[in-house]
Amino acid sequence: MATRPMPAAATPIPWWRHRQILPWLVQAAVGLIVLVLVAFLVSNLVRNLTAAGLLLSFGWLDNPAGFPIAETALPYDPAMPYWRALAAGLVNTLRVVLAGLVGSSLLGLVAGSAAFSSNGLLRRLARGYVELIRNIPLLLQLVFWYFVVFLALPNGSAAIQLPGLVLAKSGLYLGAAQLVNGVWQAPISLSVEFGALLTGLVVYTGAFIAEVVRGGIASVPRGQWEAARSLGLSQPQTLVQIVLPQALRVIVPGLNSQFISLAKNSSLAVACGYPDFYSVASTTGNQTGRDVEVVVILLGAYLVIDLLISALMNGVNRLVQLKER
Amino acid sequence: MTMPPVPSRHALGRRLRSELFASPLDGVISVALIVGLAAAALGLGHWATTQARWAVIQANSTLFAVGRYPEPQQWRLWLLTTLLAAAAGLSWGLLRGLPRPDRPAQRWPRNDRLALLLLITLALLVPVSLKLSVVIQLRWWLITALLLILRWAAGRWAQRIPGHWQRWLPLLWPLLYLVGMVLISGGLGLIQVPSSDWGGLLLTLLEASFAILLCFPLGILLALGRRSTLPLLRWGSVLYIEFIRGAPLITLLFLGQNILGFLLPGGLAPERVWRAAWVLTLFAAAYVAEAVRSGLAAVPRGQMEAARSLGLPLPLALLHVVLPQALRVALPATVGQFITLLQDTTLLSLIGLSDLLFVAGTVMANPAYLGRNAEVYLTLAVLFWCCCAALGLGSRALERRLDPNPLPSS
Repeated sequence: MATRPMPAAATPIPWWRHRQILPWLVQAAVGLIVLVLVAFLVSNLVRNLTAAGLLLSFGWLDNPAGFPIAETALPYDPAMPYWRALAAGLVNTLRVVLAGLVGSSLLGLVAGSAAFSSNGLLRRLARGYVELIRNIPLLLQLVFWYFVVFLALPNGSAAIQLPGLVLAKSGLYLGAAQLVNGVWQAPISLSVEFGALLTGLVVYTGAFIAEVVRGGIASVPRGQWEAARSLGLSQPQTLVQIVLPQALRVIVPGLNSQFISLAKNSSLAVACGYPDFYSVASTTGNQTGRDVEVVVILLGAYLVIDLLISALMNGVNRLVQLKER
Repeated sequence: MTMPPVPSRHALGRRLRSELFASPLDGVISVALIVGLAAAALGLGHWATTQARWAVIQANSTLFAVGRYPEPQQWRLWLLTTLLAAAAGLSWGLLRGLPRPDRPAQRWPRNDRLALLLLITLALLVPVSLKLSVVIQLRWWLITALLLILRWAAGRWAQRIPGHWQRWLPLLWPLLYLVGMVLISGGLGLIQVPSSDWGGLLLTLLEASFAILLCFPLGILLALGRRSTLPLLRWGSVLYIEFIRGAPLITLLFLGQNILGFLLPGGLAPERVWRAAWVLTLFAAAYVAEAVRSGLAAVPRGQMEAARSLGLPLPLALLHVVLPQALRVALPATVGQFITLLQDTTLLSLIGLSDLLFVAGTVMANPAYLGRNAEVYLTLAVLFWCCCAALGLGSRALERRLDPNPLPSS
């Protein structure tokens, strides 16, 4: 190997490459760039909004909204102020999210467990369900459920009647439904828009939860299955009484992100005509021109929903984790 | 195995029995499932062959493909498709024809023969079933033939290409992307086609590819920032990632369409198509960052320490030692995000950009095709499913290819 001539004298390291100074220089540079960028954007925003006479204010929330909302759980009519319209939309969103959480958990649990069935056909069906649903956009599935399935339901006496449930084009009726003058009446009635959105969200999120459940069950050691079977428990008994309780410790943390994405995905309700929070907010934005305030409210509300779900799931997680001393 | 499996009716019967009829309960479930599935398949088949009117797809195939892209300029898209097919055939052939240190050159492995069969079947069936005109059918056949000929030729003569050429060949793709942009939008002597005229599959693929290409480096930077020891970088990245992940995409698209104009000085805001593309990019970057972060976490700390103690500066240590290992681990999750991104482009229809789903809406608003929702949505679903499943398969193949300790293939 040829020896390389050594530099005559080690050149001193420049001061800005000192290991205690360099990190601060890097941070200062990044901080400065971000600061300049933010200042630039905000100054533009203020200047443009002032020019348009739309400077940030929330006083317009008290003005009458003037637009109808097709269905509300919170009493609402168009003479009420904007904040009341937004609140009605938020309640609509919470309604579909809560129902979706329950439905998708159940569907995911069943589909995820089916992947461990002794029945080969059931296993492949569960696999096929997950592969089919995960590779098709949710929005496409929602419009499919709404336009192709729910709006094609027959009306009046031709409606599909199941025990405790009537499916008609005019709505979904739970409980003891009766046909009065060609109109269905029941203790609980839901709109087809709600039905389509809920079905779409449950079927879509259920596929993702099924994968979480499958991963959880797969994490339980094989010996647990074998021990339970050799004690004489049947396959379903083993699953429900031995394996699932242990799998929950792995499943629950994974559910958190799926639940949050379900809450965020519920904002696609506008595609099937359900007046959720986003849909009401975007109508409000169009009417008032207060897009900036509307976006701030939207982002804030969804952030709060996400945090609530996280807090709830952290509580559940504490319940199912092993208590170690 | 000491006993060779005996392929006989008994073996098949035994297998069926253990799979489907192991216990009485299993038997009942199996029979119910078989009856249900058969009924569903028969119903779907009956509907598809007798009641469905597929003319809505056949008559509007151009609209679905490119939207309202002006017809006199469509030759540019044909040229782009031809160039893409040529580049794909060339790359595919070279990939197989050049021997690698860990793998002998194998010109036609089994998967390639399957892909060949699939390509030929698609090229023969799809243009015919869409009832395209003979000229257009011929074009598709020629493009497929070009792809296959280049695949064959590149595989055959790959080793004759001098080494320094081989090193520069991957640059073909970014170059082609730029050429494609010029071909689509115009400029350099071509007539400008305004971005509001782009639509259908063209717009969907353009937005998805733009966002995928840009969100990947952005996501890597964000992930590195989140794991940095410098508090400002770390907290900045955390804030950005958590803000984006906490918001539904549709609200961010709304923000991009309606507020970006206020945030930039007048006239600087990009066109609506590009606003949406940037929002998609910035959105996906936060999710890719989380995928890459999980990969970074899987690289042992000693790797970085060893690289630094060998005298590598931090950027080089990251580039040559840590990132290659981290990205390999993060590959499945990252491609998963790309698939989600491709699906998320459907949200563009909600903000009034004419992507595939929006075109579907305009087609079904045509009185001639009123009520043909099922045909249109099913076709789109099949299209998206095939694209996403292909990406997933590609990811799995790449994962196996990059695995440093592969299991012996069975």
